[in-house]
Amino acid sequence: MSLQLDFPAVLERWPSFVAGAALTLELAAFATVLGALLGTLAAVGRGTHNALIAGACKAYVETIRNTPLLVQIFLVYFGLASLGLKFSAFTVAVAALTINVGAYTAEIMRAGFEAIPRGQIEAAEGLALSRLQIYWHIILLPAIERVYPALTSQFVLLMLASSVCSQISAEELTAVANYIQSDTYRAFETYIIVAVLYVILSLVMRAGFWGLGLVLFPRRRRLGTPL
Amino acid sequence: MGGHLNINHLMFLGQGALWTISLSVIALIGGGIVGFVIALARISPLKSVRIASAVYVQLIQGTPLLVILFLGYFGLAAIGLKVSPLAAAGASLTLYVSAYLGEIWRGCIQSVPKPQWEAAEGLALSRTQRMTKVILPQAIRIATPPTVGFMVQIIKNTSLASVVGFVELMRSGQIVNNSLFEPFAIYAIIAVTYFAMCYPLSLFSQRLERRMGRGRSNLAPA
Repeated sequence: MSLQLDFPAVLERWPSFVAGAALTLELAAFATVLGALLGTLAAVGRGTHNALIAGACKAYVETIRNTPLLVQIFLVYFGLASLGLKFSAFTVAVAALTINVGAYTAEIMRAGFEAIPRGQIEAAEGLALSRLQIYWHIILLPAIERVYPALTSQFVLLMLASSVCSQISAEELTAVANYIQSDTYRAFETYIIVAVLYVILSLVMRAGFWGLGLVLFPRRRRLGTPL
Repeated sequence: MGGHLNINHLMFLGQGALWTISLSVIALIGGGIVGFVIALARISPLKSVRIASAVYVQLIQGTPLLVILFLGYFGLAAIGLKVSPLAAAGASLTLYVSAYLGEIWRGCIQSVPKPQWEAAEGLALSRTQRMTKVILPQAIRIATPPTVGFMVQIIKNTSLASVVGFVELMRSGQIVNNSLFEPFAIYAIIAVTYFAMCYPLSLFSQRLERRMGRGRSNLAPA
């Protein structure tokens, strides 16, 4: 048992690590925004009276939530290729992550919608608000406010899950690490550094979402809702 | 290319599926044992234990499983242990699962109604007695649906063990694909197989949740 760690040999590659971390954040940002939109649409679709749309949305959510992201990424990767469409690894990664996180977002949003008391909607109808106004002010915004903590932890998990995109060589942090460790033969040190970087990224993201929450939902601050 | 998908390929994939289940069970048992300790440590009366376990959870939950797997694989090798992919994957998944189950179970233990804790204290039970005779039996009931739900995550996440060369379902699919080169069909079969393993558990977890939720007020989610 002799463990000798040589961090300087790996740390001199810091520009690559930084570039990888930046690309990880970029991937996560794209997939978060697109996945939030897709998930909200799917949640709304599941709640409609049209059985076909509701069924399709449910099938999407259950299929994605019960299969591994790694398999989904390969299916998107080879699926697009077999359709004759050529995209960069980054685009494929964004597409796969969006499809993945959309399903989880849909479930969270559905819980938010279901928690809106019927009386609120009836009251809004009584005040003669239009359907659109009711949807926006009485249903969507309060639902988002209510599930905001769950949504944001889902997006942090998404950022961590984006490491799987290294398997189709999207050049995010883990892919960079794979390259550096095969180049320096310092695998353990490389992955320790990468783990630290991911922890930092997730702390940064959580702090960012917390700050955003203060701006978006000033009422929560008064209620003293914890992070 | 190398011909068509035949019964031998399917047998090979079936074997991979069995390894996926085996690895999931190993991760559940290992992660469950460590996770239980973590859950108790998180609510320990000793501040240092609480902080140490909180840091552990934050570190594991802030690191992707893929990186933990690489760390396990190369880390065990770095300290001179020759490890099989099964041991590396089992150890890494145990760490990963323990952090999440620990947090889930801590929440369940803490959600046992406060008067139960106080009543147990009022009966002059020792801390161990309070836990084993009053709190844990109730916490286990609360913990069952989310634990079954988390088993779905475990099964899905074992697919990442393929990258350290463990031949579970995903890896066996990649191996079959290397000889046939029909990626879309093969990964579709793999996806269906994972779905067949996970969906019953998801349904079971939902049903448990609904049964427990009956008669309770509509609690806010999240």
